[in-house]
Amino acid sequence: MVNSLFPLTVRDAVSKRGGVPLIGPIQLDLKGAGITVVMGPNGSGKTTLLRLLHGAARLNHGSIRWACDQEQARDAQTFVFQRPIMLRRSILDNLIYPLRTRGVSKAKAQEQAEHWAERLGLGGFLSRQAPSLSGGEQQKLALARALITDPELVFLDEPCASLDARTMKAIERILIDTRANGTQIIMSTHDMGQARRLADEVVFLLNGKVHEHTPAHDFFASPQTPEANAFLNGDIVE
Amino acid sequence: MGDFWSGLGQAAWLVLTFDSDLLAIAARSLQVSLTALLIASLLAMPLAAFLAVRRFRWRRNVIALMNALMGLPPVVVGLIVYILLSRSGPFGILGLLFTPSAMIIAQVIIIVPLIASIAHQSLRDLWQEYHDLLISMNVTQGQKIRTLLWDARRALLTAALAGFGRAIGEVGAIMIVGGNIDHATRVLTTAIALETGKGDFALALALGFVLIAITITVNFAVHWISRTESEGRW
Repeated sequence: MVNSLFPLTVRDAVSKRGGVPLIGPIQLDLKGAGITVVMGPNGSGKTTLLRLLHGAARLNHGSIRWACDQEQARDAQTFVFQRPIMLRRSILDNLIYPLRTRGVSKAKAQEQAEHWAERLGLGGFLSRQAPSLSGGEQQKLALARALITDPELVFLDEPCASLDARTMKAIERILIDTRANGTQIIMSTHDMGQARRLADEVVFLLNGKVHEHTPAHDFFASPQTPEANAFLNGDIVE
Repeated sequence: MGDFWSGLGQAAWLVLTFDSDLLAIAARSLQVSLTALLIASLLAMPLAAFLAVRRFRWRRNVIALMNALMGLPPVVVGLIVYILLSRSGPFGILGLLFTPSAMIIAQVIIIVPLIASIAHQSLRDLWQEYHDLLISMNVTQGQKIRTLLWDARRALLTAALAGFGRAIGEVGAIMIVGGNIDHATRVLTTAIALETGKGDFALALALGFVLIAITITVNFAVHWISRTESEGRW
């Protein structure tokens, strides 16, 4: 897949809520390395950064520039939230929804939805109401719904938080396949093991600022800042 | 209490004998109220969804006004519609005064704010739930509205039933614009008012029981058709 979104350039980006800065100023250059993992302690601004890049949080200052125009960039990316949001519809209708809103015919949308449901192990109960699924199934469905439109970039906010190891493994498998198909992934995670398994590059955030942005191997082998080093050692970082 | 039991008995008799006047009046009541409900729902529900998803300068004021209009006095609505539809009024040329159409217009004006307010409450809650997802999917404003209306359809049914209840039980406005003309604009509520005025309490009560029975039947029918309480459905 040819990726038209990167490089992504973030300059002096600041996001505030009620006048209080949540993150920033952020300087970041992403070239589309495959899987970019955003790490940092609680409250460091991981979710806000993802939302800001996606255009779901207000940018109060600075700029975020994609390689293509803003509207094209929005159409080419999707977001999977930490707490999956389910449409009050069946599994099948949840999967069909993003395709139908993009003008895909009903027959083709249904065919693709069935393919994705099968791939994620949800094929046996397509008519079940999505909100009645377990947390892991909902997260898998949310991921399938995000990937079904074949996006160039997927944002994932803690996609495996509070999921069991088996579901986590299934989701990681999908993410690896997705990367292999050329889709870029920017995800946040708390899970050091998951970051080591998946990351191609790491953005380490602390107090709303980027402390490190390096290839994953370098980050885990020899972090550049004492804060990142402390974080990797499991110490409390402030 | 004598009138009560007598009314109950008379109601049963009228229903069991398929009294032609009663059937005509009940059918007219249903025709007027259901038509008004359909038109009002088509106006109120998209308006409620629009107010849920769209932010604009006077939005709060519009919502406050809509809520305030829920308590619109039917008699005043009737009077205004009467003036508008009367010979000398701006719409007098249409010749709608003292017809079921005039009654429908008055009922639509009365129930639109009620349906819109109740629907808005449900749609606003659903919009809070869906907001991030639909924004992230970059769907159009029209698609957001259609999604909310479809996914909240069972909650919207409650709004519609509240509107139906208000419409079929309404008397002040339709008495003024309909005129309570026998075999033309007489409906159950205006017939009850007439019989009460004449002192025939038993017949008035009988008509009242029929009205209540129709309201309950319609509510049951709608709930049954839409299976609102089925497990795992919304």
